[in-house]
Amino acid sequence: MEINAEGICYRDLNRMIRQAVSMGEQSIVLRNINGQRYIGNGIDSKIKLVVKGTPGQDMAAFMKGPEIDVEGNAQDGIGNTMDDGKIIVRGMAGDIIGYGMRGGEIYVSGDVGYRVGIHMKSSDEKNPVIVIGGKAGDFLGEYMAGGMIILLGMLSRTDKNVPLAGNFLGTGMHGGAIYTRGPVDKHSLGRGLGIREVSGQDFDIIMPYLEEFGRQFGVDVSVMLESNFYCIYPTTHRPYGNMYAY
Amino acid sequence: MLYCAPNKKYSDFIIVRDPDKCIDCRVCARQCSYEAHVYDESTGKVFSDDTRCVGCHRCEAFCPSGALLIRQNPSEFRDNAVWKPWFIKNIYKQAETGGVLLTGMGNSYPYPVYWDKMLLDASQVTNPSIDPLREPMELKTYLGSKPDALRIDAGSGEVRLAGGFTPQIAINYPILFSAMSYGSINLNVHKGLARAAEEMGILYNTGEGGLHASLYRYGRNTIVQCASGRFGVHSEYLNAGVAVEIKIGQGAKPGIGGHLPGEKIGPEISRTRMIPIGADALSPAPHHDIYSIEDLRQLIYAIKEATDYKKLVFVKIAAVHNSAAIASGMVRAGADVITLDGFRGGTGAAPTMIRDNVGIPIEMALASVDERLRQEGIRNQASLLVAGGIRCSADVVKAIALGADAVYIGTAALISVGCTVCQRCYTGKCPWGIATNDPFLAKRINPEIAHEKLANLIRAWGHEIQEMLGGMGINAIESLRGNREKLRGIGLNESEMNILGIKHAGA
Repeated sequence: MEINAEGICYRDLNRMIRQAVSMGEQSIVLRNINGQRYIGNGIDSKIKLVVKGTPGQDMAAFMKGPEIDVEGNAQDGIGNTMDDGKIIVRGMAGDIIGYGMRGGEIYVSGDVGYRVGIHMKSSDEKNPVIVIGGKAGDFLGEYMAGGMIILLGMLSRTDKNVPLAGNFLGTGMHGGAIYTRGPVDKHSLGRGLGIREVSGQDFDIIMPYLEEFGRQFGVDVSVMLESNFYCIYPTTHRPYGNMYAY
Repeated sequence: MLYCAPNKKYSDFIIVRDPDKCIDCRVCARQCSYEAHVYDESTGKVFSDDTRCVGCHRCEAFCPSGALLIRQNPSEFRDNAVWKPWFIKNIYKQAETGGVLLTGMGNSYPYPVYWDKMLLDASQVTNPSIDPLREPMELKTYLGSKPDALRIDAGSGEVRLAGGFTPQIAINYPILFSAMSYGSINLNVHKGLARAAEEMGILYNTGEGGLHASLYRYGRNTIVQCASGRFGVHSEYLNAGVAVEIKIGQGAKPGIGGHLPGEKIGPEISRTRMIPIGADALSPAPHHDIYSIEDLRQLIYAIKEATDYKKLVFVKIAAVHNSAAIASGMVRAGADVITLDGFRGGTGAAPTMIRDNVGIPIEMALASVDERLRQEGIRNQASLLVAGGIRCSADVVKAIALGADAVYIGTAALISVGCTVCQRCYTGKCPWGIATNDPFLAKRINPEIAHEKLANLIRAWGHEIQEMLGGMGINAIESLRGNREKLRGIGLNESEMNILGIKHAGA
């Protein structure tokens, strides 16, 4: 089905979406989206939403299952505390993407803002992934406790001299991994992190997501692999283990 | 005494063992998780090491022959009003380790406790007091946002409320169990809290560690918490209880985040918190999606959207200097309930300096927040819950007279199941089986007995509250709310009385 969101307040729009989902609708196209917040919040079935326009803050927060395809840029907070599902953004995205995310996948073709993927976590069953086609701002993967961020820097709209990732990369990180296409400056890394060149087994881990990124945005995987990949990982799961006087 | 570094010998406690009564049965050695009692195989005797004693009194309580007595160590440094033993011993400890001092429970400094400086009123002659044993007395409280005005629809001959309310929660007593996470306390205590809340028709709060699968059935009596670490938060969790509490701050440690050490993350906690086994569970100091009141509004409505506007959203802050202005923003951001946690509120672990020096007393914060919301004409838009050092039913009554809708109790609830406030929750070795996930220790709490004791505490306080209300000639707790005429100060100065909005005794 299709919903024309022109001039509709987020609260009414989301009610219409929830209603359609409860009626068993599998696929909804949202036209003329212009900043409506909370699209797809808390929905826990495997529906597909196509968003035409620019969705507002906190899209897909607490989401469990749906696939959201954004034909436009996205604002802050998408995939906030997301549990499962898939988000594809055909453009850029703002700050705090995937905060506390614990499952599902987010693909952004372009650049992203500050504090993306902070405090992502994983467990036995779930391993969240964020793939960024452009560059990222400061604090990427801060407090990261699990999951994976892949930063490609290929489809950026920034100048060449803008670094792949901002400062404080992975600061406080104590789980998970950040993969970058090309090296990052040592000085931008948070404390307690290691960095190694990706080879062999690591590629098996990231390859399915590179392939999916390629499929979504028409980038050849062989072109992605023309540059070396690096893996940033925490050297301890207990970064503050020795801080206290017991 | 066993060998240890010289400065550790200044133990806080001494273990007095009466050799005539001690039968070397080893009960103390089994009960003490800090190994303060040691059994010597070669002599068949039990010895004690005072330096390991934390003063929890578990051994004393369980010694079958009454041979043990735990005392404060009477050994004294030279008398000095500035360099009290507390500071001296802390410096020794830090010189040894280079570490941040850690503690548990709430602020233990001798700051003024304003509950003890307020007195309640009673009826004499001019309006009769009420006997709650034989006359109706209502403690039921409704939490939630109330409309600015009631509109009545009487068109069809039947009188009805037009427009309706946003969701409300009815509680039988104005007392809730405050947020204590699964992880900081164990599942047996959580079960006791959940069952007691169900029996008494009140609520317990999951804290920030998620909700164990076996506790979803207590949803009607559950507040689920969403803190900065977002542990175990997903749509099912948000919809599991009757309310979602966004935890911004905690009275015991305003302005700083949480940290559950990796040793405490076993398989069950890992599953519930949705983090790997053995990894530290770090809660950032701020929610990184909340840097302003507008951002807070965004999260409140994200949760309301995710729960289809069926759940109340609470927002909890620590009582700090600007609480009144912040609370006004919280109400305007759409919070249904404001939770204020004073600096005497407990914690499983906090840096000692923060616990003892940051924040303000709940009495002051409550009085100023209630007053500010009234002045702005928005007090009806949110209920006000207070926490942090509520020790008895009189504290509850005074809090409600100052303007609270209800109170949270945490420390008092734990004391009812055995806690002796030894303040070592952060070690994970709680000998009373409360603040520990060690299966050997955790089984010391039987959920059924914990349930019974917690329910008894609420029942007892309920009776006492009814008596105090009756004495004031009030027959419903709602008539007491913000009724500061029922309070008088004792030994307070002018500015304290101004902030509390009460007169001095005799005035």
